Amino acid sequence: MSAVGTLRSKIKSSVPGWRLIGGPFLFGFLLLLTPLLLMILLSFWTQNYLKLDRTFTINNYVEVFSHPVYFTLIKRSLNISLLVTLTTVLLAFPVAYYISFYGGKRKAFLLFLITIPFWTSYLLRIFLWKIILGYNGVINSGLMSLNIIEEPLSFILYNSNAVVLALAHAYAPFAILPIFVSLEKIDRSLLEAGRDLGDSALRSFFHITLPLAMPGLIAAALIIFIPTIGDYVTPRLVGGTDGLMIANMIQVQFSKANNAPLGTALAIVSLSIVVFISLLFILINRRYLRRQV
Amino acid sequence: MTKRAPLSLLIFVIVYLLFLYAPVVLLPLFAFNDSAIIAFPLDGFTMKWFWALGEEESLFRALKNSLIIAVSASLLSTCFGLLTARALARHQFLGKQAIFGLIMAPLFLPEIIIGVSILIVLMQLGLNLSIWTVIAGHVLIVTPFSVSILTTSFSNMDRSLEEASLDLGETNFGTFRRVILPLVAPGLISSLLIGFTISLDEFVIAFFLTGTDPTLPVYIWSMLRFPSKLPTVMALGFVLLVMSLILLSLFEYFRRRSEKLTGGYGKTQHHIAQEGE
Repeated sequence: MSAVGTLRSKIKSSVPGWRLIGGPFLFGFLLLLTPLLLMILLSFWTQNYLKLDRTFTINNYVEVFSHPVYFTLIKRSLNISLLVTLTTVLLAFPVAYYISFYGGKRKAFLLFLITIPFWTSYLLRIFLWKIILGYNGVINSGLMSLNIIEEPLSFILYNSNAVVLALAHAYAPFAILPIFVSLEKIDRSLLEAGRDLGDSALRSFFHITLPLAMPGLIAAALIIFIPTIGDYVTPRLVGGTDGLMIANMIQVQFSKANNAPLGTALAIVSLSIVVFISLLFILINRRYLRRQV
Repeated sequence: MTKRAPLSLLIFVIVYLLFLYAPVVLLPLFAFNDSAIIAFPLDGFTMKWFWALGEEESLFRALKNSLIIAVSASLLSTCFGLLTARALARHQFLGKQAIFGLIMAPLFLPEIIIGVSILIVLMQLGLNLSIWTVIAGHVLIVTPFSVSILTTSFSNMDRSLEEASLDLGETNFGTFRRVILPLVAPGLISSLLIGFTISLDEFVIAFFLTGTDPTLPVYIWSMLRFPSKLPTVMALGFVLLVMSLILLSLFEYFRRRSEKLTGGYGKTQHHIAQEGE
């Protein structure tokens, strides 16, 4: 009886909160949760041209895992996005460090300076890399006019390295900002104390600054990793055939190949990888935080 | 107080900034370049690509679509953000964590997954793609940003002001309109601006969910396939950059002004507190 009573009172006290959050919840339920569940369902169906066959089958998943094309694309997407995450975070850290520790009164201005190049269309930013790296591009024509090379270099565009470069550029502010925030939170007196007690600059960096900046680094890694693994634009524009990624294949299944169930199975496999690796990142972060306490 | 940075660090930062600016400096170069081919060496100065831009009727239609979508998506997601942040900050209810997780989940999903999953539902229901389907997708991805911005505003808000208003006989709605809304106004404006910017530039979801009315990024994407259109696209990119920088400066100006106002208020409070001691 009392259990029912507490439940009833809990429900009663929940009503004002529910009334507020009901709309956003319903929206998320209808446009996120239902579609995701339907996606799982669809991935177990098959499609012949326009006719959908609703008998349960795992054939789509068998095809994803047995066909080398899909496996290659998934592996490449994972490699590219992990490489992008690593390079972007590594390159961004010194910049965030400089702004936080040596920015002085110009901190806001320096952050603004970093975001300016990103206030134009994402598509055009990626496309401009094609102009820089292309056959008649900035690098080739520059090197040719300096007589360093005689023929344009063709290996710099249309491969996965070009994709990594363009993505490492596109996600730069998403790495710099969270790292900067975590560096700003570091109590400077800790560093002074370390110095006073005889720590070398290097030692205090590795023992104080880096561990305390870890949450920012992990956040930056997640912010970069999640969207880049499913990036569609960059591989299409600068990847060539050797740099295509899984999102391109998913899109093909939904348009030209007209095989939505297979496209859905591909999407679900990629999503599972994203979730798995993100959880790994978060777990590492928890470990780190616990050790500090 | 600020020490000099080591030279190597300074050089690294400068090189990195050059890397960040490398693509964007090309925009004006090719937008004003008198050649139909996007390549070096540059030819002469011309404005003709900008005039060509004015004659692209489909561009203006795409721009109109994008503006309708961005305004609707930012308004709707800000409303959702306001409701969610308020519920999270002030109420305890069953399923709080789960509901919060669901609303924030799009932040942790690649956009292509969101595009694909909504597309499947529409296909199953036999609904046509339109501006509304793009708005729905954009509201989904922008709402988490609105929620996190407005949660910060609510947690910075002094709860006693609200209680005072209720004690003095204001109705719930009156308190909301006269006390809460003005206090979270800066958060609302940031949320609207962020939503507008994200929606205006979003490509993948729009690409999947757009019907016969393309958005601006979808239109740019279709232009990128035609080499003859490229100089015009460069001009468009330059215009977009300049416009967003103007908007951004205006936003920064108003933010500073409001900061000055609230900063002044905070100072007086601090003063009173000190005198009290």
